[in-house]
Amino acid sequence: MSETVKNEVPLWEVFIRPRNGLSHKHCGSVHAADEVMALQAARDVYTRRGEGQSIWVVRSKDIVASDPQDKEELFEPTADKIYRHPTFYEIPDEVGHM
Amino acid sequence: MYSQGLIGADTSTEESEEFLRAFQERIDAEQKIEPNDAMPAGYRKTLIRQIGQHAHSEIVGMLPEGNWITRAPTLKRKAALLAKVQDEGGHGLYLYSAAETLGVSREQMTEELHAGKAKYSSIFNYPTLTWADIGTIGWLVDGAAIMNQIPLCRCSFGPYARAMIRVCKEESFHQRQGYEIVMTLAKGSPEQKAMAQESLDRWWWPVLMMFGPHDSDSQHGDQSMRWKIKRFSNDELRQKFVDATIPQAEYLGLTVPDPDLKWNPEKNDGRGGYDFGAIDWDEFWRVVKGKGIMNRERIRDRRKAWDDGEWVREAALAHAQKRAERMAAEQQAAE
Repeated sequence: MSETVKNEVPLWEVFIRPRNGLSHKHCGSVHAADEVMALQAARDVYTRRGEGQSIWVVRSKDIVASDPQDKEELFEPTADKIYRHPTFYEIPDEVGHM
Repeated sequence: MYSQGLIGADTSTEESEEFLRAFQERIDAEQKIEPNDAMPAGYRKTLIRQIGQHAHSEIVGMLPEGNWITRAPTLKRKAALLAKVQDEGGHGLYLYSAAETLGVSREQMTEELHAGKAKYSSIFNYPTLTWADIGTIGWLVDGAAIMNQIPLCRCSFGPYARAMIRVCKEESFHQRQGYEIVMTLAKGSPEQKAMAQESLDRWWWPVLMMFGPHDSDSQHGDQSMRWKIKRFSNDELRQKFVDATIPQAEYLGLTVPDPDLKWNPEKNDGRGGYDFGAIDWDEFWRVVKGKGIMNRERIRDRRKAWDDGEWVREAALAHAQKRAERMAAEQQAAE
């Protein structure tokens, strides 16, 4: 973090829902003094061509992220749990589609 | 133009051989690098420099075109130009946001631009003297930018690649908008056609310079290619651009100002391509080093815009703080 943090305009992460039925998806960030201006800036920067029906903005500092260094610890254990997948189970063809 | 972002880039890095080899293996496997991943310091530095300069180019690029918004010949042209200049601003912001994921602050990048420490594309140091220049910029400058940016959509750094995909979608409107302006002039009165030709005469060579120095004079291209920040060399992209553009000029009945331009059926592995004349690299380096026609004015205008906005930023922050304090007090009273 730089030393001039006090005068910096806060950073917000922007999420857009392209249309109802889809979830909001991260698309970038904007700087804005407060949430009202963050929404306006996000609209101007990320939805100039009908890209969205809904916008979320979240202060970047409020996002909690996993550390890429913990990737193995967090995600490797699922690799050997092949019984979580439907193909693990043998069902005779006579039963039909299941 | 964005290959110019690598001029003077310091790709040196001090990690262990083992770390660099593992990183290179990820790159070779076409894995994207994301902001919190471990990466060589040289990779980070090179990207901060290139993305920052790319962002500055978009922002400074608003100035030459903004010059004609109030004087656009029709309401339709004015609305389109306004939308295009707004897009350039948006592109600058996508890119600043991508650079910020690497740990550089927006303030730092802005200060470097204003202090003349960070560069932007040489092309924006040329003046827009006539309305035809707005057409020529869309057609050629944005055309050259697209040539450069399409391969950047596959750049190894995720946030840069994603920003480029958005930018490329929008640039296509810019180029067509510009070509249509030039076409209207080229098919208009003799005076209008002459204006289009004169504009092409002034912009052609500076546009070819946008791709950066010859590969033989480009010191940092190799490392950037290995890290897949860059996918094609400056000369390859320049050749592609010339080959794509000459038929477009012919359609308009305009001539590029190059007596050495000639179709060469042997070029591009026998598919054919154009030979073209020598580029005046002295002019290029003069402009890059700050001695172009508009360098001083561009930075002066950027600084003025920043300084004039100071009170707005201060007021917005003060207002946000006041609201936050009031809300905290209300919450406390309620508890």
